[in-house]
Parts: sequence; C-alpha cells; structure tokens
Amino acid sequence: MRNIWVLTKKELAIYFYSPLAYVIITAFLLLSGYFFYQFVAGIADATALRYVLEFIGFISLIISPMITMRLLAEEKKSGTLELLMTAPITETQVVVSKYISSLLFFIALIMPTVAYVILLIFWGKPDLGAIICGYLGLICLAGVFLSIGLFVSSFTSNQIVAVIITFVILLIGWVIGWAGEFFREQWWKDIFKYIGFFEHFDAFRKGLIDSRDFLYCFSLIIFFLFLTVRIVESRRWK
Amino acid sequence: MIQVENLTKKFGNVAAVDGVSFNVENREIVGFLGPNGAGKTTTMRVLTSYLAPTSGRAAVAGFDVVRNSLEARKRIGYLPESVPFYPEMRVREYLSFRAKLKAVPRKQRKQRLDEVMERCRVKDVEHKIIGHLSKGYRQRLGLAEAIIHNPPILILDEPTIGLDPAQIRQTRELIKELGQDKTVILSTHILPEVEMLCNRVIIIHQGKIAIMDTLNNLVKDQKIKLEITGNINDITETLKQLPGIKNISFTQQDLWYVVTIELSNNEDIRDIVYQKIVQNQWGIREFKTERTTLEEMFIRITTRE
Ligand SMILES: Nc1ncnc2c1ncn2[C@@H]1O[C@H](COP(=O)(O)OP(=O)(O)OP(=O)(O)O)[C@@H](O)[C@H]1O
Ligand SMILES: [Mg+2]
Repeated sequence: MRNIWVLTKKELAIYFYSPLAYVIITAFLLLSGYFFYQFVAGIADATALRYVLEFIGFISLIISPMITMRLLAEEKKSGTLELLMTAPITETQVVVSKYISSLLFFIALIMPTVAYVILLIFWGKPDLGAIICGYLGLICLAGVFLSIGLFVSSFTSNQIVAVIITFVILLIGWVIGWAGEFFREQWWKDIFKYIGFFEHFDAFRKGLIDSRDFLYCFSLIIFFLFLTVRIVESRRWK
Repeated sequence: MIQVENLTKKFGNVAAVDGVSFNVENREIVGFLGPNGAGKTTTMRVLTSYLAPTSGRAAVAGFDVVRNSLEARKRIGYLPESVPFYPEMRVREYLSFRAKLKAVPRKQRKQRLDEVMERCRVKDVEHKIIGHLSKGYRQRLGLAEAIIHNPPILILDEPTIGLDPAQIRQTRELIKELGQDKTVILSTHILPEVEMLCNRVIIIHQGKIAIMDTLNNLVKDQKIKLEITGNINDITETLKQLPGIKNISFTQQDLWYVVTIELSNNEDIRDIVYQKIVQNQWGIREFKTERTTLEEMFIRITTRE
C-alpha cells in the first residue's frame, strides 16, 4: 500500500513535469469554456447538465489515450523499467499506481467543469443527484478508457503508436454497440449494446444509476489492469 | 551470499547464458569479464529478478530470485548497464523516491541521502534536473542510488564507464571501500580495474564460464626477460639449474640474446639470476620481469575457437 502511494506520487509528479500535461489541460479548459459559453449558458435548465456530461464523455475519448500513452511505453523505452522492476516492488503495485495516477489526473482535469454546474444550480434547478451520478458514471467510463490506454502502453515502447492504437480501440468500443443492428434477433442487439461504451455512457449522462453499468466498467477495468500486469511480468520469461 | 547453479537464459533459441554455476562468498569482490555479448548483463539481470532463468536457479542472500524475489531484491543494490533515469526529476528528489521504494526508514532518510550524495560526489548537483547532468554525474548518481538502502550485495554493470580518469580512480576507491562490508559483483572491460579491485575473476565467454579463479592464481605465472651476451648454451644450461624454472627460450639480435625465462611459481629468483650473471661475467643490458597480464589471459581465452 505504501509503495503504491510512493509510486503514484512519482507518476503524478512526472505528469506535471512534462509540457504535455499543460497542453492537455489548456486545450481542455479552452474547449470546455467555449462549449459552455456557446451552448449551456443559453439553455440553463436541467438538460444543460446532459450537454456538459456529453461533452466530457466525448472529450475523454480523445484525451484518455494521451494521458496513458507514456505510462509504460516511456519506462520501457528509456530503460527505467529495469530500475523499477529490480526494486523490491511488484508489477501489480507499479501498474495499479500508474492507473491511479492517470485517473487522478483525469479527475483533476474535469474538476473545473464542476464550476459550470454550480453556475447552473444558481440559475436553474438541476437535480443534484443526477449531477453526482452523471459525474461518477463519467469517471467510471473514463476509467475504462484509461485502463485500455495503460494496457496498450504496456506492449509498445513508442508513445505515438500507443496513442493511436488506444484511440482506435476506444472508437471501435464506442460504435460497436450499433453493430447489433445488423442482427435480426433482439438478444444479439442487446449483447452488442452491452459490450459497447455508448449505451452505458447514455445511461450515465441521463443521470440514471444502474449497478449493471458500474459493474460493466469495473469488470473491464479489472480485466485490462490484470492483462497489463501480465504483460509487464511476461518480459521476464521472454 | 550468491549461489548460481546451472543457470541458463535463452532468448528464443539462443542461449545468452548457458549452464553457468558459481558462488560468491560474503565480502568478496568478484570481477565479471567477457567479450561483448558474452552474457554478463543477462546474468546480472537474472540475479536482480529483472529476467527469469530459463532453467537452473540462482539465490541471493539465501533467497531464490524467482520464488522469493522480493526478499532477494531488498538486499541488492543494482547499477544497470545503461544507467536509466527519469530525466525530468531532480537528483535529490529521485534519490528520495528510490529510498522510499527501498524502504529506508523515514527518520534515517535525510541523513542517508546526504551521506550517499556526499560519498558518490553528487551533492553539488542535488537540485539539478537529471536530464541536464553529464554522463559521469549520471553514472555516479546511479551508484548513489544503488547504495542508498545500504544493501549487503552490490551488482554493478560496468560501474566506471564514462567517467574521467580522476573519477574512475575515486569510484574504484569507493567500490573497494564498499567491498569491505559488502559482497560485490562487477562487470567491466577495463582489465586493470579487475586487478585493482577484485579477489576473484570470472571470465565468461559465449554464455559459459571459461575461467573462474582468484586473481593471484591467474596472474602468478611470471617471466624474466634478459638481454644478455655470452655463450648462449652456457647461459641456458646455467639458468635451467635454478629452482622454479618452467621454460627458457631466446632470440638472437647480433651479439645479444633476448632470453625469456618462464617461472612456474611466485618465488622471486631475480637475485639468484643476477648473481649467476655476475659470476659468469656475461654482459647484460636489460633485466626485467613480466607477469602474464589478465589481458593476455583474456585474449587467449576469448579468441580461441
Ligand atoms: N532482450 C534480449 N532479447 C534477445 N537477445 C538478447 C536480449 N538481451 C541480450 N540478448 C543477447 O544475449 C547475449 C548476451 O548479452 P549480454 O547483454 O548479456 O552481454 P554482455 O556480456 O553484457 O555484453 P557487453 O559487454 O556488450 O555488455 C547477446 O548475444 C545479446 O544479443
Ligand atoms: Mg553488458
């Protein structure tokens, strides 16, 4: 546990040493500010929240690969993985702390948008429960994106490759729900809908709490983190 | 402290390390030699649990490097060959991070950091960004990192590469000092370094151990070279009578002969040789001793097919 904390702090520090973090933050703030000004401020009712969440959802699809691309790829490329894995720490600790740091970075990134929501509270009467639920859901979904990004970062030492592959996987995951439309049977449609990100995202942004959506996110996160640990370990037996 | 039994590490079908066995005793400094690609780094990576052996086993401080790898790793200070770092971090920050990972108790941490930076002479750059350091400083930082948790075992992969001559000397002294209460394995291509530092030498070639012996045993064969004039038959006959002579050979240059006397043990017979020369009134213009250097040894082993 202590090791995870030490490692997470180091990962966060490294985020903020690199210009990339500031580029991401600035881009995100500019985009979301513009978005808010353009669309949400004019509406100022309960549906505005949905727009905010929708915006964050799409943005996280693009930003998650950038947040995770360097996490393992860079350690492999620069050889620091050797120093890391010869210290008395486990692969699981390394992977989990990298994951936590990416999630914390993402949460910190979207925090300013809460200000917009607070503004909404002053103007209109949005449902506080829906807001919290929507944000939680989005963080869960982004958590899935980040775990996929971390996983991709574990089998390449090239950040650009990592970012592209992750983005492609996320896009496929986003649209695969619609692939069910090619089938006549309802249960095929349901399966594809459940697999894809979109249905769950749709539920979250409407502020609907359903444990099935959360279960979906958690199991994917655990699955990809597990694979990542396995891949980092596999270097030993190669 | 370190036991290696029949260790093999294959990459695909190629065995980088092939059935290597050796032991390193407590407080020994062992030099790991071998041509490029011999398998030194690979062996060290197995000892530090970065790679797992394909077959065979290795134990460090009594802990198997596969089954008990965390315990083994706690007791090792490792300086990897390429000395990788996070270039964005600062020297002190980096060492502090590593100290925490290696469970240096919080109370001792600050003192330990200062001590280690002092010892490895990186104190003057403690607030610099690692990416801006020169190669030599990075090398020293790597060494500082390796000893931060005061491990009983040090595994150093080419510790003096990239250092200037003064730093090489200081680093060797540091390693020697550390070797007084630690077990050290170091690899190097600088053979005099081994002669200076190590008690024992392992020469590894194509993944196999070619020679493993104490330095004293390896380099004890001595030679005496004379440039002498006189009746060459008398000379060789007389010298052959002396104790501990293995072989005598000579080449002729005009009236002078270059006589090489190979000795079979460490006994110093220079005085007796000199007396024989004086007694027989041979002319002499050069008298020197030569030892088989580690370098000759190394070349002989690694170039034979
Ligand atoms: N990850 C790897 N994948 C495939 N082959 C490898 C790998 N690492 C090392 N090798 C091969 O294993 C052999 C031994 O390499 P190693 O790095 O152990 O040599 P070395 O003795 O340290 O050499 P040097 O003096 O150049 O540092 C080499 O032939 C090398 O090409
Ligand atoms: Mg090497």
